[in-house]
Amino acid sequence: MNYKDMLRADKMPHIWCPGCGHGIILAAFLRAMAAKEVDPDKVVVVSGIGCSARASGYLDFNTLHTTHGRAIAFATGIKLANPELMVVVLTGDGDCAAIGGNHLIHGARRNIDLTVIVFNNSIYGMTSGQYSPLTPHRKKATTAPYGNFDHPFDLVELAKGAGATFVARGATAYPRQLEKVISHGLDHKGFSVIEAVSQCPTYYGRRNKMGSAVDMLHWIKENTSPGGKEEGKIPLGVFVQVQRPEYCSNYYESIESLARGEKGE
Amino acid sequence: MANKKLIQGNEACVEGALAAGVRFFAGYPITPSTEIAEGMAERLPLVGGAFIQMEDEIASIAAAIGASIAGVKAMTATSGPGFSLMQENIGFAAMTEIPVVVVDVCRGGPSTGTPTKGSQSDFMQTRWGTHGDHPVIVLTPSSVQEVYDETIRAFNLAEKYMVPVILLYDEVVGHMREGVVLTKPEEIIERKKPSVKPEDYRPYAAAEDMIPALAPFGTGYRYHITGLSHDETGFPTGNPKAIQGLLERICGKIEANRHDIIKYNAFDVDDAEAVILAFGSPVRTARHVQKEARARGKKVGLFQILTAWPFPHEALQEIYAKTQASFVIPEMTLGQLADEVSKSVPRDKIYSVLRNDGEMITPAQLEEAVRRVLE
Ligand SMILES: Cc1ncc(C[n+]2csc(CCOP(=O)(O)OP(=O)(O)O)c2C)c(N)n1
Ligand code: SF4
Repeated sequence: MNYKDMLRADKMPHIWCPGCGHGIILAAFLRAMAAKEVDPDKVVVVSGIGCSARASGYLDFNTLHTTHGRAIAFATGIKLANPELMVVVLTGDGDCAAIGGNHLIHGARRNIDLTVIVFNNSIYGMTSGQYSPLTPHRKKATTAPYGNFDHPFDLVELAKGAGATFVARGATAYPRQLEKVISHGLDHKGFSVIEAVSQCPTYYGRRNKMGSAVDMLHWIKENTSPGGKEEGKIPLGVFVQVQRPEYCSNYYESIESLARGEKGE
Repeated sequence: MANKKLIQGNEACVEGALAAGVRFFAGYPITPSTEIAEGMAERLPLVGGAFIQMEDEIASIAAAIGASIAGVKAMTATSGPGFSLMQENIGFAAMTEIPVVVVDVCRGGPSTGTPTKGSQSDFMQTRWGTHGDHPVIVLTPSSVQEVYDETIRAFNLAEKYMVPVILLYDEVVGHMREGVVLTKPEEIIERKKPSVKPEDYRPYAAAEDMIPALAPFGTGYRYHITGLSHDETGFPTGNPKAIQGLLERICGKIEANRHDIIKYNAFDVDDAEAVILAFGSPVRTARHVQKEARARGKKVGLFQILTAWPFPHEALQEIYAKTQASFVIPEMTLGQLADEVSKSVPRDKIYSVLRNDGEMITPAQLEEAVRRVLE
């Protein structure tokens, strides 16, 4: 399948600004999907609220655009009600790490088979540039005019600590690697978190004097390490890939044996 | 043989939900509703359904709505503080027309309030808790039997009208034990299925009846669901006509079917000089007082509300037009119910018996009020 066939072409043009990284992440996701044998009728894409969350509307799957921060909770209900469905969550750094942080850690703890792709542009784009839990210390935002007093989460460490069984990071400056880690995340049976480092030229870039979208991509390229080893750079790659019983499989297997046990009594 | 049992209101809710076909429950513990979650945790696995304890009430209702989108009858149960947390997603279900049943076993508020005691002060919140003009159906049983019956009705109405349905009853009803007959439901309603091929499908293009046929995810109809104002295709719109049309339809589908949704019991109201109007546990006091009054030859009637929202204004207007009766309204709030009644009955004909201290309204309290009204 061509990845373009997975787009709802009639919904274009999209709402994103020129140079926004969200389209690069979406394309990487679709290329990863296109390489798999998936029946689009059995794919559900759930998103919260934000520029990133608008991605769901452009995809020719079963798509659900929920409330701010709650995509993982909605997705949990869908997956548990019908484990046959492949459920993917598209979310922003604010959506997922601030208002939705609780659902993120509990999804990871349960190891429910969801693939969560976090569009991390270090800012609240949709609401015009306030700081998020992933905005670096001292960087500027409309609500951090003197520089951010907060310190950010490291999303990879957070997901690891919460027990996610697949954790990776990619970046818009390395779209092929991003596609690859998303693809592995989709294949993984369990809770997968993929952070995609992205650029918001309109708010984060402008306020922090980072230049154009191209300049920002250069910045990302120079400040990330695709091999994950370079000192002082944001490591990219796959950090966790372990097998642990998946929530829904375990649930339904357990209740089946329960039913058998009941009959035996 | 009838399946008669001595059980608690919250247990009857579990039985009613199972009889109605619930197969998904997501919840978070809170007094005085927890027995529902506990009952579901025990029973759902045995029928192949899913129970999950979520990290909070926001997640609980989100998961329940998600399960419903996957085509499974789903519910959650909570009380005041948790009910407050659920409001945003109740609005999401109303806007996206996803059936879900939410039980609010009411305790005293605001805030943590009085967790272990009864109150009815979530009455207005059940109607207007979430932001925006929105439809909702609220049912208010007053006995363990009614909890069973109304839980079944809640699922039927949710599926029929594609709307969140709230079951509101107070702690007294939730925790009291009574004999109930667990009758097999006469009717089990399942949501409409699309009648067109996937390529012609417009999920929110409702027919005359204003009710859309939303296909469960995974059944071959790929479409978009959003809490943003949307058009018939389900996609966001900024078109003023489409926005207004959507709101008028989602609210209109309930308004147009008030006769089907509204349920009440009227006892001896035709010649009444005083009508006691109540829902929930005060109905029990009211029934007693009304019967005693009649036995003494006093023209007292009782109007029991079983559907609180939409509110039975037509019936009240009719009774008032016919009898000019005074309305005595016992409620475990500081006057929320009386306020709503005043839209149909003149203020000077309304006599409130208000008590929101965690205790039930006593027969003596109500009798005294009725006596004064009749004087
Ligand atoms: C409950 C709630 N609070 C606040 C908002 C306002 N809001 C909309 S999007 C957003 C932030 C989105 O930021 P992020 O998730 O980082 O996505 P981005 O727009 O940057 O892609 C906020 C705060 C909302 N819609 N709902
Ligand atoms: S505001 Fe930022 S995140 Fe939103 S579309 Fe524009 S560039 Fe992208």
